[in-house]
Amino acid sequence: MSTTAVAHAHAGHPPTTTGLDHRKIAIWAFIGSECMLFASLISTYLIYKGRSVTGPFPHEWWCRATKATSAAGPIAGCPAGELFKPILNIPVTSQSTFVLLMSSLAMVLALAAVENNDKPGWAGPGWGGRLLESSKLWLLTTAILGAGFLCYQAYEFTSFIHEGLTIKTNLFGSSFFTLTGFHGAHVTAGVLWLLTLLAIDIKRGLGPRDALLVDISALYWHFVDVVWIAIFTLVYLIR
Amino acid sequence: MATTAAVPTYSGTSEHAETGLWSWLTTVDHKRIAALYLGTSLFWFLIGGIEATIIRAQLAFPNGKVVSAQVFNELFTMHGTTMIFLVVMPLSAAFFNLLIPLQIGARDVAFPRLNAFSYWVYLFGSIFLNVSWFIGSAPDGGWFGYTPLTTLAYSKNLNIDFWVLGLQILGVSSLAAGFNFITTIVNMRAPGMYFMRMPIFTWMAFIVQFLIVLAFPVITIALIFLQFDRFFGTNFYEIAQGGDPLLWQHLFWIFGHPEVYILILPAFGLVSEVLPTFSRKPLFGYPVMVYSGMLIAFLGFGVWAHHMFAVGMGPIADTVFGVTTMLIAIPTGVKIFNWIFTMWGGVLRFTTAMKFAITLVALFTVGGISGVMHASPPADLQQTDTYFIVAHFHYVLVAGSMMGLFAGVYYYFPKFTGRLLDETLGNWHFWLFFIGVNLTFFPMHFSGLYGMPRRIYRYDAGQGWELFNLLSSIGVAFQAVGTIIGFWNFWRSSKVGAIAGADPWGAPTLEWSIPSPPPDYNFATIPTVTSRYPLWDVKSPALTADVPPGVVDRGRGRTPPTIRIPTARELGIPMPNPSIKPLFAALFMTLMFASLIAIHKDKVQLAVALVIVFAGALTASLYAWLLTPLEDEH
Repeated sequence: MSTTAVAHAHAGHPPTTTGLDHRKIAIWAFIGSECMLFASLISTYLIYKGRSVTGPFPHEWWCRATKATSAAGPIAGCPAGELFKPILNIPVTSQSTFVLLMSSLAMVLALAAVENNDKPGWAGPGWGGRLLESSKLWLLTTAILGAGFLCYQAYEFTSFIHEGLTIKTNLFGSSFFTLTGFHGAHVTAGVLWLLTLLAIDIKRGLGPRDALLVDISALYWHFVDVVWIAIFTLVYLIR
Repeated sequence: MATTAAVPTYSGTSEHAETGLWSWLTTVDHKRIAALYLGTSLFWFLIGGIEATIIRAQLAFPNGKVVSAQVFNELFTMHGTTMIFLVVMPLSAAFFNLLIPLQIGARDVAFPRLNAFSYWVYLFGSIFLNVSWFIGSAPDGGWFGYTPLTTLAYSKNLNIDFWVLGLQILGVSSLAAGFNFITTIVNMRAPGMYFMRMPIFTWMAFIVQFLIVLAFPVITIALIFLQFDRFFGTNFYEIAQGGDPLLWQHLFWIFGHPEVYILILPAFGLVSEVLPTFSRKPLFGYPVMVYSGMLIAFLGFGVWAHHMFAVGMGPIADTVFGVTTMLIAIPTGVKIFNWIFTMWGGVLRFTTAMKFAITLVALFTVGGISGVMHASPPADLQQTDTYFIVAHFHYVLVAGSMMGLFAGVYYYFPKFTGRLLDETLGNWHFWLFFIGVNLTFFPMHFSGLYGMPRRIYRYDAGQGWELFNLLSSIGVAFQAVGTIIGFWNFWRSSKVGAIAGADPWGAPTLEWSIPSPPPDYNFATIPTVTSRYPLWDVKSPALTADVPPGVVDRGRGRTPPTIRIPTARELGIPMPNPSIKPLFAALFMTLMFASLIAIHKDKVQLAVALVIVFAGALTASLYAWLLTPLEDEH
């Protein structure tokens, strides 16, 4: 992790005990607290997994008329309109997961661009170097990829509702929408944060002095990303 | 431990540069925020006490007719909720605010405006919770809010909505303060103030903040589930849909048991400051006190299901949670013995603060021992939901936490105000409260063992409960009179109490090196610390040689001497600017949560519109706050 500018070291303020900025300590404490928040949500999802008394189910076919379930494939003899397919769409969610992971890469590049803003040419010659040096480009890219993830989530939620699963339908619906909805709310807050940084960057430019601002938003962003990896694994991939 | 501590040598008191209502609404000074916490939590202590008094009036005789069953439910729910979330936690927060920066040699907390935000959220949240009384829907599901009693099917009115939303709001206050104090203690210690030199109160406060930031998210989620079940028709606690009411109990107590230590550890910290000063001896076994505090907190996350033995978890779970619960008695017992050994051979001064502190040591032990009794599942099955449990947790919370916090009030009042509390009134306060607490709660052990259940609003004669209930109710009268005398003392002494000076007790830690009340910048020069008890190193190398005369009436009613203390500007110390924005952010956040009430008035569109408006206002306040620098450019 990069070194942190000690914003409070100027005249009148004693240096901090650890040499780190207060905000850096606070964001780590906040992330620790958030771990318990998501641990509670994920545990509830896992505890309630397989305990819904009615479909649709995440990984199984379900026939509403006969109450039959099948992990293998469509249930023979189920009347038309009564058959529900497994609700989770793993290929589409794999795409959104990829988008979110790439946003973390863009976030790393944005922080590097801000930290090295005072060293023109640090990223090498040519247009590639100039691209890497643009903090605005990488902040915008991160925000767009985050917003892209949210679009995937909006698509996922609406398609589930069309397929007959709402937050009221069963335990799976309640725990799934609450868990992923909370994660989506965190991504939304992160996108707003990134756009705010981008606005500051456009207005007055972000340099090494401001690296901490980007650094703590990056910590938050990567944390939200890591939580998604846990959700994707535990909810989508493991049956 | 030789010589030490560039302790500033000025003393005396100063007027605050700013006065008036606006200065209080915009303050970001940790000492003034501490005073706000103190005043507000003492007010709610009176309200919670009135609720308890009505409860005891109802139960004084068989078949009491003071209140109805519904009102009784509301009274015990709000009594518990008030005393835990609106009294003991914020009263502890008053001491965190006042003492953490002073004890570690800092000029303020890490985030002064966030600190103000925490207080305003607490104030508005507490008001919101109590507004329910005036619309006839006070929460009635117990402070623990067990499902399915609190689900929509069994509680259709607004009572539980107020409780759920109120606790969510108050949780934000505690969490924000938790991040703030952790950062302050990690990052703002004066040179030489290593972790193992920090005063024990700051240590206990540090541990409590970790409990808060790790336990509150869990109840946040438990409440979100209940809120979603009630407002949006989800199934988390719906038994017909496969939902499990025990999920609530587990999540609640994973929060709820650490919460118990959130309530007691600050009082332990205060007592660990009071006993050494009035014993004229360093705290016995300082490192062990620190480690036992950590161990209590760590084990505190692994005992939650001892609140749930009666649900039938099976022998393995019962055994594990019984054993972990008994283990906590070890670090707690270590603390009790260390306090006793601190007093052993000391030069004891029985000030009011000392009496309250010693009472915690004695009476917390009573509550601790009954706690070990129901750590054993077979015993607990007899005791659960009886008055024996009520006796237990009032011995740890009133005879424990409140005694410790009152010790802290008597000890630190001079630092808050510059004036000493009156010792004669303090004596009356202490003895009446002491007698009242024991008279109220000790007989409950017996009414409980005779089988009297908790939470019943009346009982028939002839079951052997009459005498014990009458004694308990008489005890409340003693507590009430004692408390009123104490509050009169607080009010009166803040006007005419004896002038305290910087260090009225001959105390050892940094906060006593600066004037009372401290100037807004606290320390003109940040001290360099070389020991755990810097002031004793300077003032009295032979620790017991110069015992101060104790509290004498020196200058009662006098105005403070006008010794002029240099202002921050003259000293070139940058101070944070006052700001009204945290208040607005807190107000809009509270209103945003409160708007959800409209959903149950079948005004969904109104609720959505209000939430969007207040969320927008909250976001705008946050941007206005965060984009304004804390201090002027210099």
